[in-house]
Amino acid sequence: MRFNKKSVTAITAAVGISVLSSVAVAADTIKVGTFLAVTGGASFLGDPELKTLQMYIESINASGGIDGKKVELIHYDTAGKAKEAVKFAKRLIKKDRVDVIVGGSTSGSTMSVIPLAEKNKIPFISLAGSVKIINPVNKWVFKTPHTDRMAAAKVFEDMKRRGISKIALISGNGGFGKSGRGQSLALAPEYGISVVSDESYGAKDTDMTTQLTKIRNTDAEAILNFGFGSGPAIVTKNVRQLGIELPLYQSHGVASKKYIELAGDAAEGVRLPAAALLVASSLNDNDPQKQVLLDYKNRFEAKHGAVSTFGGHAYDGLLIALEAIDRANSTNKAKVRDEIEKTTNFIGTGGVFNMSASDHLGLGLDAFKMLEIKNGNWTIVK
Amino acid sequence: MKRIKGLIILAIILIALPILFPNNYFITVVGTAVALHAVLAISLNLLMGYAGQISLGHAAFFGIGAYSSAILTTQHQWNPLLSIGAGMLITGIIAFVIARPILKLKGHYLAMATLGFGIIVSIILVQAGNFTGGPDGLSDIPPLALFGWTISSDFHWYVVMSTVLLLIVWLVNNLIDSRSGRALRALHGSEVAAEMMGINTTSVKTNVFVLSALIASFVGSLFAHQQAFISPDSFSFFFSIELVTMVVLGGLASTYGAIFGALVLTFLPELLVVFEDYEVMVFGGILMLMMIFMPQGLFVALENLISRLYRNYFNPPLPVPASDGENHDVA
Repeated sequence: MRFNKKSVTAITAAVGISVLSSVAVAADTIKVGTFLAVTGGASFLGDPELKTLQMYIESINASGGIDGKKVELIHYDTAGKAKEAVKFAKRLIKKDRVDVIVGGSTSGSTMSVIPLAEKNKIPFISLAGSVKIINPVNKWVFKTPHTDRMAAAKVFEDMKRRGISKIALISGNGGFGKSGRGQSLALAPEYGISVVSDESYGAKDTDMTTQLTKIRNTDAEAILNFGFGSGPAIVTKNVRQLGIELPLYQSHGVASKKYIELAGDAAEGVRLPAAALLVASSLNDNDPQKQVLLDYKNRFEAKHGAVSTFGGHAYDGLLIALEAIDRANSTNKAKVRDEIEKTTNFIGTGGVFNMSASDHLGLGLDAFKMLEIKNGNWTIVK
Repeated sequence: MKRIKGLIILAIILIALPILFPNNYFITVVGTAVALHAVLAISLNLLMGYAGQISLGHAAFFGIGAYSSAILTTQHQWNPLLSIGAGMLITGIIAFVIARPILKLKGHYLAMATLGFGIIVSIILVQAGNFTGGPDGLSDIPPLALFGWTISSDFHWYVVMSTVLLLIVWLVNNLIDSRSGRALRALHGSEVAAEMMGINTTSVKTNVFVLSALIASFVGSLFAHQQAFISPDSFSFFFSIELVTMVVLGGLASTYGAIFGALVLTFLPELLVVFEDYEVMVFGGILMLMMIFMPQGLFVALENLISRLYRNYFNPPLPVPASDGENHDVA
C-alpha cells in the first residue's frame, strides 16, 4: 500500500485547526443546558419537554430575565441513547460551560450522566422516572417526575380500598416497564397484595393474547400493566377482546390522550395514577395547583397542541432551577445546588415540591391522582 | 523504516494537539472518543479490509469486554486490570468457538450470521437483568488505576487512549507485513488460490477473527472504566454498523484509513450540531457524497489527491523522466 505521509500531516492539521477555533462567549447570561430525546423512540417525552423549556425561557427573557440576566438555553438531541447523553452532557459541562443542567428524558440517559454531574459538581435536574435516580441520594442530582415506585404505591392503595388482594402483573421489557415491574414486586407485600402471575411483552409486540390467556387462567382479581408506547394500548384491547372482566390498571406511562385514542372503547373503566395536569379543569378551585396547571396547559396548548404530563416535568425542573438561581443571587454552582435542595412549597405541574437533603424529589403520594377513563376522557376517582 | 514513519507522524500529532490546544473540549473529550473508535475500526479492518470477512457484530465483542469488566469490578470487587484480562479471556473463548462455523459462510450468509450474533448478545445484555442491570445498565464502575496512578480526568484518558491507539497501530502494521499478514491478503484475493499456495485458510481466518475480537474486548473494558456507566444501547447493532461505516469510509485495507474513518464519523456529528434539526440530514448527505465521489475511501482519495497536487506543483509533468528521483521516496 502506498501513502503519502505528508498528506496525513497536512489533512489532520487542516481539520484540527478549523475545528479548534472555538468561540468563547463571555456574555453575562444564565446558561441552562439540556439534553433530551427529541427524536427516536422516546420523542413523546423529549419533544414536549424541549418545547416547554423554549417557550418559558423565551417568556422569562421577554419579561427581563432573572436578576436582570438573560437566560440562554443550550440543547442537544440524544435520540434516547445513553451514549449520546454522556457525550452531550460532557459537551454542556466542558465546552458550553452551562450553569445548570435540566434534562435527560429517559432513566437510562439520566443514569449515565449522574457520574459526570457528581464529578464535575454541576446541579442536574433530571426529567426521568426511575426511583434509582434519587435513591440513593446523589449530592448534585435532583428530579421532578414522580417515581415508578410512587405509581405502584398509588395503584396498590386503590386496589386495597377495593378489596383486591391478588393481582396479575404484565409489563413491557423496556427500561420503564422493567423498573416498574421491579418496584411493583417489591412493594406489593407491604399492601398485602400477592402477585399471582408475572408476564412480560416486547416493545414491538403486536399481540399479547398469549400472556393474557395465561392470566385469565389464574385467580387474579385485577391486572396491572407497566409500560409505555403502544404496548399498554394493545394490552387494553386484548383484555376486552378476551372478555376478561377484571379491573385493569395502567401506569402513569400512558398518561396522554394518545393512549385513549389508540385503545378506543377498550380504555373505558381503566384506572391509572397520573399527575393532576390531565384533569386540571376538574380540580377543586381551592386546590393550590389548579392555577399553575391551567396556566401551563393553556399556554402549551395555544402553541403546540394537546398537553402531556412530560412537558410539565420540564416546566417544574426549569422553574425550580431558575428560582434557586434567583434566591442564590449568583450562578455559583454550590450555592445554586444548596438552594435547589431548599426548594419548599414550590407549586409545579407534578405537585407541591418540598425537597430536602434526603429527598431530592420532594413529592408525596398525594401528588398523584387516581384517574379513571370515562367516555373517552379522564375523571378523578373520588 | 517505512512502517515506522506513519506511526511517528501519528505520535507527533497525538502529542502536539494537547500542547497546542490545552484543555480543549475537542481534544480531551472528542479526541479520546476518536482514539477509542479508531482502535475498534482498526480491529474490524483487520477482518474486513485485510481478510475480506465482513462482520456486522463487532459491537458485541466490545460489549462483552465492557460488561465483563463492569460486572467483575462492581459485583465481585475484582481488580480492574485483572477484570480486563478476564474479559479478554471470555471474549477470546467465545470468538474462538463461534469462529469456525461462522467463517465457513461467505458473503451475505456471513453478514447474516455475524448480524445474528450481535443481536443475540445485545438481547442477552437487556434481558439478563440480574447480571447486566437490564436496560438501566450498570453504574458505579470504579476508575482504572495503573501503578498507583488513578486515571480519572479527561486528559488522563486522552493519554491512555492515544497510547493504546499507537500500540495497536504498531501491532497491526507489523502483523500486516508479516507472513500471516500476507496470508490474510492472499485470502482476501482468492480463498482457493490461497489454499493452493498452502495457506491453512480456516486457521488464518479463525486467528484474525479472535485477534480482532480481543482488541475490541480490551477497549470495551477501557470504555466501561472511562464512562463509569454502561448500558446495552452502547453495544447495539447500530454501533456495529457505525464501525463498518468507519472502515468503509476511511478506506478498506488501510490502517490509517480506519483512523480517518473514526475521525470523520466521531468529529462530524460534533461539528454538525450547529445545524440543529437538520443535523442528521446533513450528516447523511455528507456520507453519501463521500461514498459517491470517493468510493475507494476517504483516506485513499485524499492521499491520491494530495500527492497529485504535490507532484503537479513541484514537478510539472515532463515528457522525459527528470532527475527528481529523490523526491519520490514516498511512492
